[in-house]
Amino acid sequence: MLNTMTERVAKVTPLAAVRRIRGLSDRTIAWIFVAPTIFLLLAINIFPLVWTIRLSLTNYRANQPNRPLQWVGLDNYRRILNDSDIWNTMQVTAHFLIWTIVLQVLIGFTLAWLINRKFKGNDLWTTIIVLPMMLSPAVVGNFWTFFYQPQIGIFNYVVAFFAGADPSSFTMIGSVDLAPWSIVIVDTWMWTPFVMLICLAGLRSIPSYIYEAAAIDRASSWRQFWTITIPMVMPFLMLAVLFRGIENFKMFDLVVQLTGGGPGSTTELTSINLKREAFEKWRTGYASAYAIILFVTVFGLASIYVKALNKVKER
Amino acid sequence: MSEFVNGLLRLRRGPWEIVASILIAIGVVMLMQDVALWLYTYSFIVTLVGTVMFIVVSHFPE
Repeated sequence: MLNTMTERVAKVTPLAAVRRIRGLSDRTIAWIFVAPTIFLLLAINIFPLVWTIRLSLTNYRANQPNRPLQWVGLDNYRRILNDSDIWNTMQVTAHFLIWTIVLQVLIGFTLAWLINRKFKGNDLWTTIIVLPMMLSPAVVGNFWTFFYQPQIGIFNYVVAFFAGADPSSFTMIGSVDLAPWSIVIVDTWMWTPFVMLICLAGLRSIPSYIYEAAAIDRASSWRQFWTITIPMVMPFLMLAVLFRGIENFKMFDLVVQLTGGGPGSTTELTSINLKREAFEKWRTGYASAYAIILFVTVFGLASIYVKALNKVKER
Repeated sequence: MSEFVNGLLRLRRGPWEIVASILIAIGVVMLMQDVALWLYTYSFIVTLVGTVMFIVVSHFPE
């Protein structure tokens, strides 16, 4: 079949093209195949990055494209790194990042561990648990604003039921203290299934004979968990943390829909702040410098994380 | 410890990557802490130095 196909292709290839291709080395042919990808990569990733670095050194405003461009050097960087509002935004992002990752890993791993045990309705539960992940973040943000309504929201009623308080005595989105937690709760609700799926893949990849050998050696369940399960799931867990860390660092849609960054700027993550600088205040040069600072931070973190991940895999 | 210093002096990848990783980690902590504004101000330069160093030293021999 393959021969026939090859012969057919060879037959329809023009003679001039055949002669040209015959003269090329394997290396050149390989480059011809790889070139479109490299070109796309340069056009879509590298060029915008270089252009953003260039813009970050100017006072360019995208809403005034005809204004003469002024070179400001590192002034944008200096202003950002002395701006207490942006500093506050970084702290809000750190709170969001740390708590979502901790909660998602703990709950996701626990769910995966439970789902991995054979029981009736196992598949049905898996499907139900992964449902939030399949929804659009805008939809999730929208309906959680109803859940958080002090008068009619189901969240307030559930909390009030367990705490024995009046449901309308607190408001999640409107309170300065509770609003940062409201976005953590929604993100955890939405993305824990993702961590669960990755952990489940890790748990299912552990061969049962390892547990059987440990059981023969009379290792307790607790010991099996810490010396077999955790080390073997660790690369998967680290991968989940990497994915969620990068995703949450640039979290935008869910939070905008839920709180819009408020009240005040208590839930204004860096991505929301960056969008305001770039497309509401139209300080494109300033926003470019801001984006570069975030890029370097994520790139640096991802580099050491990938190295750590490789080390764990080698073990 | 002396092995680590020797590695640094002989431009070996392992110890230099550790130094770069520590710099990146310190930079990120400085960026997101809520203690002092000056730490935030110098966070980017620390992270940038760490990141560039990480890229460079990952080409050092093992």
